[in-house]
Amino acid sequence: MNINKDAKNLTKESSASTRRSLTLREVKDILQCKVLSGEDKLDMSVDVACGADLMSDVLAFIKPNALLLTGLTNAQVIRTAEMVDIKAIVFVRGKQPTAEALELAKEKRIPLLSTKFLMYESCGQLYKAGLPGGSELDKPT
Amino acid sequence: MNDEVLYRKRFDIQGRDFSNAGNVSSQVKAVLKEIGIEAYVIRRTAIAAYEGEMNIVMYADKGELEFLIDREKIQLIFTDQGPGIEDINLAMQPGYSTAPPEMQEMGFGAGMGLPNIIKNADKFEIQSEVGKGTTLHVIIYHSKHPE
Ligand SMILES: Nc1ncnc2c1ncn2[C@@H]1O[C@H](COP(=O)(O)OP(=O)(O)O)[C@@H](O)[C@H]1O
Ligand SMILES: [Mg+2]
Repeated sequence: MNINKDAKNLTKESSASTRRSLTLREVKDILQCKVLSGEDKLDMSVDVACGADLMSDVLAFIKPNALLLTGLTNAQVIRTAEMVDIKAIVFVRGKQPTAEALELAKEKRIPLLSTKFLMYESCGQLYKAGLPGGSELDKPT
Repeated sequence: MNDEVLYRKRFDIQGRDFSNAGNVSSQVKAVLKEIGIEAYVIRRTAIAAYEGEMNIVMYADKGELEFLIDREKIQLIFTDQGPGIEDINLAMQPGYSTAPPEMQEMGFGAGMGLPNIIKNADKFEIQSEVGKGTTLHVIIYHSKHPE
């Protein structure tokens, strides 16, 4: 409980800069991504991002219309995305999804991207471009 | 009248079958969507269903989900034949987990499952007997809340 409140205070100042949604095409360009599935959906936009390797944490903290950045590559990532309507997934550190995960993503029509950047670098660049984090969305506008 | 069952389905869940884990929750979600339940309620139900399903896959030999919808609520009743839970209060604490490392590698076993089910449920009940199994009863109201 307290942790959440602290996170809100922490992000109060940074949110003064302009926070905005990004299209998947912008995400692709910023992180120099390879598109693994959903090439036709790059004009879709995301309102918030979440970087996590723990799917339980994703299920606990994710906001609507989110982009997920993860280093996990199994089918559970796609299932998790499906359950909470995650818009798209970026695999960091050049990771490739398993064949099972890729197939499931195609079936569920969830765009998958892959970047060479590390988790910290990827999150940092998207944040710099204006894409907010989940705790910022909790604040009244 | 409000508890007249409008939809009922029973799903088998196979313990340790990780390639199908999530399948049942996916079907639950599809039904709710088709009926036209509001997005916020679908989201909460899907999260509870998925964490409940994963717990059976991770810890039990086998189990089932009974999924019921009536005019006012959605019910998820998970029953499994498995090891049971020795200390339920401990198991419900955020961060408590007995999941082995290979499950953590799949992104589960952070000890956030039961707390997150409770967070998303309007009513929650758990019963467990060591050596027999565990039953979880989750209620989520979809139209009018009581009170
Ligand atoms: N169906 C179940 N059968 C046996 N033990 C369970 C079951 N569900 C949960 N548990 C026990 O409760 C603990 C906490 O569960 P949970 O909050 O879902 O976290 P996690 O699954 O990440 O460990 C588990 O690690 C396990 O020891
Ligand atoms: Mg769990």
